[in-house]
Amino acid sequence: MGEKVLMKGNEAIAEAAIAAGCRHFFGYPITPQTEVAAYMSKRMPKIGGVYLQAESEVASINMVLGAGAAGVRVMTSTSSPGISLMSEGISYIAGSDVPCLIVNVERGGPGLGGIQPSQSDYFQATKATGHGDFHMLVFAPSTVQETVDLISDAFDLGDKYRMPTMILSDGLLGQMMEPVVLPEPKDPADNKDWAAKGHQGKRPHNVVNSLYIEPSVLEKLNIERFEKYEKIKETEQRAEEYLADDADIILVAFGASSRVAHSAVDMARKQGIKAGLIRPITVWPFPEKFIKKHVDHAKAFLSVEMNMGQMVEDVRLTVAEKKPVKFFGRTGGMVPTPKEVLAEIVKINGGDC
Amino acid sequence: MPKVIVDNNRCKGCEMCVIACPKKILELDHSITNGKGYHPAHITDASKCIGCGSCTIMCPDCAIRVEVE
Amino acid sequence: MSKVMGERPKALLDVPLHYCPGCTHGIVHRLVAEVIDELGIEGKTVGIASVGCSVFTYNYFGCDMVQAPHGRAPAVATGVKRARPDNVVFTYQGDGDLAAIGMGETVHAAARGENIVAIFINNAIYGMTGGQMAPTTLPGQVTQTTPYGRDTSVAGNPIRVCELLSSVKGVALAERVTVDCVKNVKAAKRAIKKAFEYQMAGKGYCIVEVVSTCPTNWGMSPGDALQWLRDNMLPYYPLGVYKDVGEEEK
Repeated sequence: MGEKVLMKGNEAIAEAAIAAGCRHFFGYPITPQTEVAAYMSKRMPKIGGVYLQAESEVASINMVLGAGAAGVRVMTSTSSPGISLMSEGISYIAGSDVPCLIVNVERGGPGLGGIQPSQSDYFQATKATGHGDFHMLVFAPSTVQETVDLISDAFDLGDKYRMPTMILSDGLLGQMMEPVVLPEPKDPADNKDWAAKGHQGKRPHNVVNSLYIEPSVLEKLNIERFEKYEKIKETEQRAEEYLADDADIILVAFGASSRVAHSAVDMARKQGIKAGLIRPITVWPFPEKFIKKHVDHAKAFLSVEMNMGQMVEDVRLTVAEKKPVKFFGRTGGMVPTPKEVLAEIVKINGGDC
Repeated sequence: MPKVIVDNNRCKGCEMCVIACPKKILELDHSITNGKGYHPAHITDASKCIGCGSCTIMCPDCAIRVEVE
Repeated sequence: MSKVMGERPKALLDVPLHYCPGCTHGIVHRLVAEVIDELGIEGKTVGIASVGCSVFTYNYFGCDMVQAPHGRAPAVATGVKRARPDNVVFTYQGDGDLAAIGMGETVHAAARGENIVAIFINNAIYGMTGGQMAPTTLPGQVTQTTPYGRDTSVAGNPIRVCELLSSVKGVALAERVTVDCVKNVKAAKRAIKKAFEYQMAGKGYCIVEVVSTCPTNWGMSPGDALQWLRDNMLPYYPLGVYKDVGEEEK
């Protein structure tokens, strides 16, 4: 176990990736995550790794595709508009079953939007990253320490399942400084036998590809991929429950808004309202199991997000009309305050369902 | 004498070899239609072949071989 | 001593090519494969397939292959080469892929002196999608999307890629060749071989632009297409070496 250090979220992302054995970073500056690239540009050359500032996010994600196809641990980092630019590349990565890590430090949108934090890329991350049927494993940390821990898991699980993984962070987590214990460095083996790294005359050639012009073949591949996703849904859902077991009003919130929700729950409890929190740590797979557990005893659910209402749809689907599901959000870079969220809890508790 | 062998199944009857042959002894054989519907090339007078290999150089499909002793 | 000419090179798999009859893609595929065989590098070569008529190159070359999105092959190649510097990496791209959607990736890979080889098939048209205008379509040339002939006041001017890239520091070799006759095919192969050798010597980005035909979408027989190439393409896209750091070093 390493020592505790105070680190900026974005810089911790870079260190965590390096600790996980990532030696290849391709990226492009964009607020509020440029520090990830800047930090990597300093660290990578010192450890024999590759840092390359690409000419765009489009080029970045394609470099990630290339390095990932060649069988190495590779990542990129960007913010919301950059993910839009990467959309095509991520679809190809998923369709070629190539592992890689993509970090989205979300900012206000749509369009050029703003540079303050938001969570308005939830749909993009979990349902509509790119064309075609595919998913990424998407993690939503709420502290800098959790970001660091999840990055390690993201690389491991990405390799295990051969799929792109995402850390869905936001400008708040990226810019804040918190104490962090960095994990022990890993040195993953260079043993991906499916990779395009030169056959050395010892095997038939490997083709890393997403084009299958024969519809029956493409269908079969899609079905197999979704069978894999079903397994992931069964085994990889993660969430944290806080005072949910006896809660009447259960808040559901991820990332930065979960910290606000956490405070609001405490304030509500002080007032005698039985509030609780379920904090998704994976947003894909959505942690249905954790929510379903509480549907019978809860009176209502409240989704707290920094967007116009995205994750709330998944909460509603999970609760399946058994109980009311309400939404409270701030967006455009505005961060909800515990007081605002408490007011919503009080409203719901007052029977305003 | 050089031997010219055409792979009738790979030949697409594009006539690049016909054009390239300096002795003009390659032609499409209209009496043969291969599985893709093409008339493959064939040599009309093997005795005139000088074994230059021009046909093999201009063939896009590796469909023609020339063996020279 | 018997000699056999026209044998399929080992680096070209024994698979029927899907290209139209007389399409020069087939000749260039063979040349690239012959060079790979002669240099003995198939085992450490990774080819990047692009999007266009040549999208299926991953089925044809015997080395490891990665399929790239349209235009992005230089970026994918960069990823492979930076991850595996000992690999020999090449892209195989058409005119839309390299000079339209992929122009940014092309110029930046060149400027980075990325140690990759780009085989650029310039036939002044988009073949796979049925014959639309390409960045290299000639003024006045009729295509599906320039049905009255390319009007440069509306659709802009064709881009001369070798000339453009010759001004970019980082380019080790920019050579324009063609495959319309035996002499030119042999010269094209020499250029391709030089490009791969330069990569292995770490000299930088190499592009071999092959002026090519598209008989089907030009609406001509393969033989007539070769003549059209000589009469129309070569005057606009002159053959020659536009940059060669190896020669400059001498």
